[in-house]
Amino acid sequence: MQTNPIPRLELTGITKRFPGVLANDNVGFSVLPGEIHALLGENGAGKSTLVKMIYGIMQPDAGQIRWNGAPVTVQNPKAARKLGIGMVFQHFSLFDAMTVLENIALGLDANLPQRELEAKIRAVMQQYRLLLDPHRTVSTLSVGERQRIEIVRALLLNPSLLIMDEPTSVLTPQEVEQLFVVLRKLASEGCSILYISHKLHEIKALCDTATILRGGKLVDTCDPKVETSRSMAEKMIGAGLKEIKKVAGRTFGQERMIVNRLSVPGIGPFGISLHDINFEVKAGEIFGIAGVAGNGQNALLLALSGEVPSDDADAITVDGARVGTLSAKQRRLKGMASVPEERNGHAAVPEFTLSDNTILTARDRLHMVSGGLIRSGMAKTYAGEVITSFAVKALGPGATAGSLSGGNLQKYIMGREIMQKPSVLVVSQPTWGVDAGAAAAIHQALVDLAGQGSAIVVISQDLDELLSLCDTLAVINGGRLSKPMQVAEADINEIGLLMGGIHGDTSAVAPERAHAH
Amino acid sequence: MRIKLEKRPEPSRLMLVITPIASVLLTMLVGVVVFDALGIDGQRAVVDIFLTPLLASYKWQDVAVKAAPLIIIGLGLSIGNRANVWNIGAEGQYIIGALCAAGIGIAAGTSGGPFIMVLMVLAGIAGGSAWASVPAVLKTRLGVNEILSSLMFTYVALQVLSYLVGGPWKDPNGRNFPATAPLTADQALPLLPFTSVHLGVGVALVLPFLFWLLMSKSVFGYQIRVVGSAPNAARHGGFDSNQTVWLAMLIGGGMAGLAGALEFAGALKTINLGFPSGYGFTAIIVSFLGRLHPIGVLIAGIVLAVTYVGGQVAQTTVHIPNATAGIFQAMMLFFILASDIFVRYRVRFIPAAKSAPAAGE
Repeated sequence: MQTNPIPRLELTGITKRFPGVLANDNVGFSVLPGEIHALLGENGAGKSTLVKMIYGIMQPDAGQIRWNGAPVTVQNPKAARKLGIGMVFQHFSLFDAMTVLENIALGLDANLPQRELEAKIRAVMQQYRLLLDPHRTVSTLSVGERQRIEIVRALLLNPSLLIMDEPTSVLTPQEVEQLFVVLRKLASEGCSILYISHKLHEIKALCDTATILRGGKLVDTCDPKVETSRSMAEKMIGAGLKEIKKVAGRTFGQERMIVNRLSVPGIGPFGISLHDINFEVKAGEIFGIAGVAGNGQNALLLALSGEVPSDDADAITVDGARVGTLSAKQRRLKGMASVPEERNGHAAVPEFTLSDNTILTARDRLHMVSGGLIRSGMAKTYAGEVITSFAVKALGPGATAGSLSGGNLQKYIMGREIMQKPSVLVVSQPTWGVDAGAAAAIHQALVDLAGQGSAIVVISQDLDELLSLCDTLAVINGGRLSKPMQVAEADINEIGLLMGGIHGDTSAVAPERAHAH
Repeated sequence: MRIKLEKRPEPSRLMLVITPIASVLLTMLVGVVVFDALGIDGQRAVVDIFLTPLLASYKWQDVAVKAAPLIIIGLGLSIGNRANVWNIGAEGQYIIGALCAAGIGIAAGTSGGPFIMVLMVLAGIAGGSAWASVPAVLKTRLGVNEILSSLMFTYVALQVLSYLVGGPWKDPNGRNFPATAPLTADQALPLLPFTSVHLGVGVALVLPFLFWLLMSKSVFGYQIRVVGSAPNAARHGGFDSNQTVWLAMLIGGGMAGLAGALEFAGALKTINLGFPSGYGFTAIIVSFLGRLHPIGVLIAGIVLAVTYVGGQVAQTTVHIPNATAGIFQAMMLFFILASDIFVRYRVRFIPAAKSAPAAGE
């Protein structure tokens, strides 16, 4: 270490308590000027809470924030921006019906004339090669382009610290590279970057320092260039990693689900419609559907589960039965189960007990209803079995679904469907926001179910997850599904291009074999 | 010091019970203060409105007879309110139910007996349901907001009422008053001996327990609860939202119609222009004060009936208008809705943070 410069941001003893949890426990680290600093941790490790306190959305219960050496209290985001802290959130706050320019103008504290603002925006875009037409309507932009709006909005304020919250979770591999170029350029100009992620290879590629959080506590501050992905992962998870156990040389049986020319009109002015979706899943096969968020994944899940039935009975076939026009309840009776992305309020009712939540999807297949009355004893027994079999941490069948952590509730929901032994299971984002331990358990359960001869469809934005879990993979983009490919032979560049909406010829791209993490 | 609302990990069952009681007490307290400020003996007014009907045994019959329609309508509305189907038109459904029962009575002429009574009650239920089915069609087919359409249909019902009692159904022996001919002795519902307590009161005492069973044990009750708490989860579970709207409206309307038929055949025995007394609207308060729970509705119905009877007492004792009872009822609704937040959140007092220089202010 040479002469110690004054850190741009220094946190000491930051503690934040929520009812029932200690989100941050005596956390401290510092970010130097021009440093790209990774904040690494699993979902629920306390990363978001920590940056919310830096950005002034929340106040710490104890501890100190120093800015360029001076202690500060960041009252609100406006004060944070005034200090020179910019933030790009994981979930964008953009109005679909407005142009890029209007969206940026809305997010600014100062009131600039439109022409002046446009000139400034164009200058920033030029400087960092964030190419975007300020007069385009947001609804016509890809997710990667929408993120650029947020970055431009943050850069307009000349921040000296830029916080990026999980910026790559919605980007294609190519877009990630472009983003890194921008971030490196910013850092070289002296802007500090606090980069929040749980993707280790990105952190190794981009960051100078990594602070690892686990369960709200600081585990380590290390140099990601020196550490291996595995060593960082183990610090992050606190235990050895589990590999998915797949039986080698599996063979598939007959087609159990066939989707044939499925088209669904979009809901609302900006809803994504599905066009001519075709694929088939065999017994024992795990079929992955990759894609950047907002390309029709939700519509596809609703169409497959039967929540939005099709007009065409032949659009979906399950074990030879034409179910296209059937409702969700009827499709369940034909052997189909589904798990939507949103746990609270879609897959489960947060106010209801776990026992009551089994009635939601298991009542007919498991005969929990007789003569219009609910056999609550059976529901309770089944809930108890799911809790035990899937190691759900809950007080029992009487606990409300909302009182469970995300990972535990997800395990419970997956267990509720899997233990009904469906012939076809469709799941969306099975491990989104779930800690690594629970994710591994869920992956293993899916593999085991496939081993018993069920056909499984996994819709996910996490490409690594799909590559390690699935046998076959297709990419959804703009409501259209690509041709399926064997994961073992898949080319990650081609997948990336498909995710970005470029179909067909990919010979210009140097092939790189897909790697499973 | 700062006051902070903090989400509870689980909704508080204690608060679920305490808040309605506190709302009633707070209403009484605010009543005392406001009436004192207006130069009226507030304490006396509140005592007369809330306590006299309970303490004076000769008022109990009145309370029971007034509580019956409130409870019956409140039960039906609670189902809709749970499923987020807002039927504001119970008053109209109540009127139509009573008119349908009166139609049977008129058609029966002088014949009576249990058969005619059952027929009147069934006609009341059918009439109320039919009236509520119009907002249901509009909602499920055209997406028309049921709050507006059901409320507007109340005014249509009032016009139907004044047309019928002033025209075709006017009592020929009624000295030209706009009222239907009174029911004969063996058409009217039986009374408890030496009282004015009719069979409808018994119905109002039994129904809450039936509804309790329905809501807690049946798939239908489950459907209503899921649709109200998480519409997307309901769709995921295979419950049809249009079907839920239909069921909620039909049951709400049917119960209001039943209440109207019982009130007509049990208490009033004739329908005149003064028949609509706001039970359909007050029942909305009953439903919320009872926390949408059938047994809660039973208790809340009695509380609201007390204010009705008490309002009449206060009219003579402290000379305040009868509408005062309405003010108290409305205050109760405000307090119960406002205090809802304490079920899901708790209040925490946080000592002032140590002062550090604020950034950028």
